[in-house]
Order: sequence, then structure tokens, then C-alpha cells
Amino acid sequence: MGAAASAAALSAPILEADDLVVRRGGREVVRVGRLAVDGGEALAILGPNGAGKSSLLLALASLLPASGSLRFHGAPITDPQTFRRRVSVVFQRPLLLDRSVKDNAAVGLALRGVARAVRLRRAETELSRLGIAHLADRPANRLSGGEAQRTSIARALAVDPEILFLDEPFSALDAPTRELLIADLAGVLRGRGVTTVMVTHDRDEALSLADRIAVVMKGVLRQCDSAETVFAMPTDPEVAAFVGVENVLPAKVTVGTDELTALRIGDQLVEVTALVPIGDDFPLLCIRPDDVVISRMPSPSSARNSFAARIVRIEPIGRRTRLVLDCGFPLIAHVTRQSAREMELTAGDQVVASFKATVPHLLPRHRAAGRPPSTSTTA
Amino acid sequence: MELIALGIREAFARILSLDRDVFDAATASVIVSGSATLLSIVAGVPLGAALGLGRFRGRTIALSLANTGMGLPPVVVGLFVVVFIWRSGPFGGLEWYCTRQAMVAAQFLLAAPTVIGLTAVAVQSVDPMLRLQLLALGASRWQSMWIFVREARLLIFTAAIAGFGAVISEIGASLMVGCNIRGDTRILTTAITLETSKGDFGSAFALAFILLGLIFAVNALTTWAQQRRRPL
Repeated sequence: MGAAASAAALSAPILEADDLVVRRGGREVVRVGRLAVDGGEALAILGPNGAGKSSLLLALASLLPASGSLRFHGAPITDPQTFRRRVSVVFQRPLLLDRSVKDNAAVGLALRGVARAVRLRRAETELSRLGIAHLADRPANRLSGGEAQRTSIARALAVDPEILFLDEPFSALDAPTRELLIADLAGVLRGRGVTTVMVTHDRDEALSLADRIAVVMKGVLRQCDSAETVFAMPTDPEVAAFVGVENVLPAKVTVGTDELTALRIGDQLVEVTALVPIGDDFPLLCIRPDDVVISRMPSPSSARNSFAARIVRIEPIGRRTRLVLDCGFPLIAHVTRQSAREMELTAGDQVVASFKATVPHLLPRHRAAGRPPSTSTTA
Repeated sequence: MELIALGIREAFARILSLDRDVFDAATASVIVSGSATLLSIVAGVPLGAALGLGRFRGRTIALSLANTGMGLPPVVVGLFVVVFIWRSGPFGGLEWYCTRQAMVAAQFLLAAPTVIGLTAVAVQSVDPMLRLQLLALGASRWQSMWIFVREARLLIFTAAIAGFGAVISEIGASLMVGCNIRGDTRILTTAITLETSKGDFGSAFALAFILLGLIFAVNALTTWAQQRRRPL
């Protein structure tokens, strides 16, 4: 096979779902018009708790019955067990057996009838890749949470899966353990080029591991795009809110030129380079809080939009500080705690809030919160 | 008190002198109850696992029957076995009446419900999410069941010991189907009954001590296994 053919095979869909509907207890929990996973890519299914993303993952892994079509390498999956022997799933809890770490890592191979010597060798290789080779002979019930999850990932990788499904595997871990494991797993997955489908409600996890992100909300696949696109150009206000776009402002188009569009929000005029959705004179203007720059005094800059603002509220959020501003319209900005400290920001202060014309993303007003897109989302 | 002291002294004398009758009864007890327990494990563990893990019509009734079976009166079991192996009964041709085979059959019927019922509970005590994990690892239904049994092995071992405990101490069924024949179907419990009725307390005590020793050894083994494998 030539290089071009190899590349084509790698990027061809390895798994395709069409009109997939999962019902549990007689209730529809998730519906997907079309979702395709390309060979070698990492796809994150992102959504809030209870959105139906785990049900979708289990259905994609043929672990949950679903109506619709599911194809693997272009052919319908007729024998789920045969399919499951070509993929792997890592769950939120490691669910290790009462055996040694090495035996646990080898259990998938044992179920496939691989000779003991071969499977133990492969298990040791995977344990080594995940940095826990020194624990190989330890009973699994003596592992910490992070070590146990590493063992379960080694167990999944030992069978050399064509697709690795990850169902929130880091959510039960403490923050330092989670960060270390994500970094290590990202390295392993990149090194092997294994196709990965992961479920998470954590935006940072999705950004760390995924090439593409499928946003599932209220049982519906709302958007499936590259990670950059989903975070920069969410398709509706709910997706926008979930991916961290805290400013979704109703605007009215006033002037449009080839380069810029002027929109009115309250009494203020905002200039944007984004195209107004066709036939929509009242779009929603989306701005990420991280894209808003705060200064004490007006200063010349390339930012087309600068507003005198009053700090209404200051809220610490992790390593950053969230500022609720009033610039004639409500605006949320994030600054580092260090900046907030150095600028001596306090509630009631007058500041200047700026953002560039390239920052806002416009959404059509008819995609109101809670309403899924009228057409099925296509990956 | 003097009678008890005398009995205990004589018991030790008989054990130390390797009294033939005492050791024949002890050997027969171990063989009969051991065989019955082994058979109940072979048949009861898969059945118990299927009842514990399976989802099929009649499962609840089957589990209720197994649980009821744990409290079967030995004499009722003895009665049914005698009727079945009686010369004119359905299995009369086997000529098992007053044999160790008949005693094994009766004790099997007493031990099996305990093994089945407790195995079902044992496999149900394993994390149910493990079933999904095994399925995800590509396990077939049988592989999955086998792993569940392995994971619950300590509790299943306890179930087997409970089965053995139920039959090693039983007397009614063994007496009815085995006929208490000296050197053949006479086991510890039937021998104790006989010696006590004869007023030979030395022999009765000797047999009782061996029976208690056996039960203690089996329980000590169970406790050791449980403590050795106790998760942290």
C-alpha cells in the first residue's frame, strides 16, 4: 500500500453511526443523526452530566442496544462480540480483578486465547508504557486510584484495539493524579495512533486529548467539529455556554461593510469581522471571557471595541478571577489572579474593557437555548 | 460428673489405640460427606452462578426453591431417597438401599441447595459493573460467568464448607438410607447415636471428639483462607 493509500485508509471512517437512538427503561436517552469516527483520530464526546454521552459511547461500543445503523470499517456490525474483541473500553471505575496487576493487564488477551507467556509479555510492555511496570506483581487491591486506572488503561491497550473507548476514566481521580495520567495517556495515544473515542464533561480533558469534539446536550448531538471550532464557534447558545462562552448577547445589525459589521447592543456599538447569519438581523454575539482585555485607562490599541465599564462583581474561579462588568450591556471577563491583584481591582471600580473585532462569533437568534438544530448534526 | 470423666478418658484411650470401629466410622463419614459435598460443588456452583447472574423466566422461583432447600429436614430427604431406591421404586434396580451410594445421594440432596443458594448470593456480591467490563473486554457469556465465580471464590468456598457442615452433622437421612451397618455405612453421627443408646459413653465421646475435630479443622481452614485473601 502506498503512502497516499495508507493516509486515505487512516482517515476513512472506522466507525459510523447513522440515526442512532438509545433507549433505556423505555425512555429515549440519546439520538444521533450521523457520527463518523475517522481512523487514527481522537474524538471527545463532551457534555454535561446526564446528557446521554455515556449511553452514546456504550452504544458505539456495542455494549448497549440501539436502533439505527452502526458500521465498522464500512460493514454493519452483525456480531457484537467479534466487534468488541477488536476494540477496548476503559470505564470510570477501573474494575480490576482480584489478581496481580500483570494478570489484570493481560486478562483481555486471556479471553482471546493468547498463550500465557505472550500475554504476560504484552501486559508488561503496556504497564511499562504507562509507568507502572514496577507494580506488575502487586495484588490489584493494593493499588491507589491512579495506579488502578493506569492498570485498566494498560489492560485496554494490551489487546491492541482498533478503537479505544474511554468513559470518563479520569473523573474519579484527584486533580494532580488526573493531570499526570492525562499527560501520559496523551503521549501513549499519540505514539500509537490508536483511534480514540472518549466521554468527558471536562473541557480541558477534551482539549488535551481530542482532535475533534462532539457536544451532546439533552440527548442530542448538537455539534461535532474540530476542538478549535467548537470552542471558537459554538453552534447554539447552550453549546456556547457549555464550552465557556459566558457572553451571549442579543444584538441588532446596524451597518455592514465588506470588512466589518456594526451591531448595536443596548446603547453601545460593537464592530465585528464575523459574517452575520443569512437573513438574521438580530443575531447573538458570543464572546469568550478570556478574550476581553481589562485596563485602567484608555490606551491606543488595535482593538476595535473599547468600552468604559464598571466592575459589578469580582469572583475568584480557580487560578483566575471572574469580573462581572457593566458597559451599558453586561460583559464577563476573566483575568489572572495576579493581574487582578496588581491592578488592585475592586467592585465598583471604573475600567476599560476591550476586545478585537475578530473575537466575537455570531449565532443566529432562532437557535434559542434548549432547542436542537433543525437538521441532524453531521460529523 | 464421674460418668463424663470416665467417658472422656475412655475416648482418648480409644483414639490413641486406633480403635477399629471408631476409625471405620470416621473414615466412612469423611468419604460419604466429602463425596456428597464434592458432587454438590460440581453441580451447585454452575447452577448457583447461573441463578445469580442469569436473567430468565422462573429465576426467582428457582432461587426460592434453592433457599427453601437449605432448610430441608434430613428425615424427609431420607424418606424420599428410600422410596426412590426401594426395591420396587424407580431406581430399585440400582440396589443402593443400605449402601454408601445411597447415603451420598441423600447427603448430596441436603448439601446442594446450600451450595446453590450461597453461590448465587456470592456471585451477586461481585460488582455488577464487572459484567459490562468483561463484555467490553470481549468475554463470552461462559467466560464472564467463570470470572465471576473466580472473583467470588472465597464466598463460594464458604458455601461449600457450609454444605459440608450441613451433611457431616446430619443423622436422619444417613440412618434411613444407609441402615447403619458396622464397618460400612456406619458414620460418626449414626455411631454416636448407637453407642449412646447402648450406654457406651467412651465410644460415643471418642466419636464425638473426632466429629468436633473434623468440623473445627474445616472451619479453621475456611477462616485461614478468608483472612489470607482479605482485601486491604
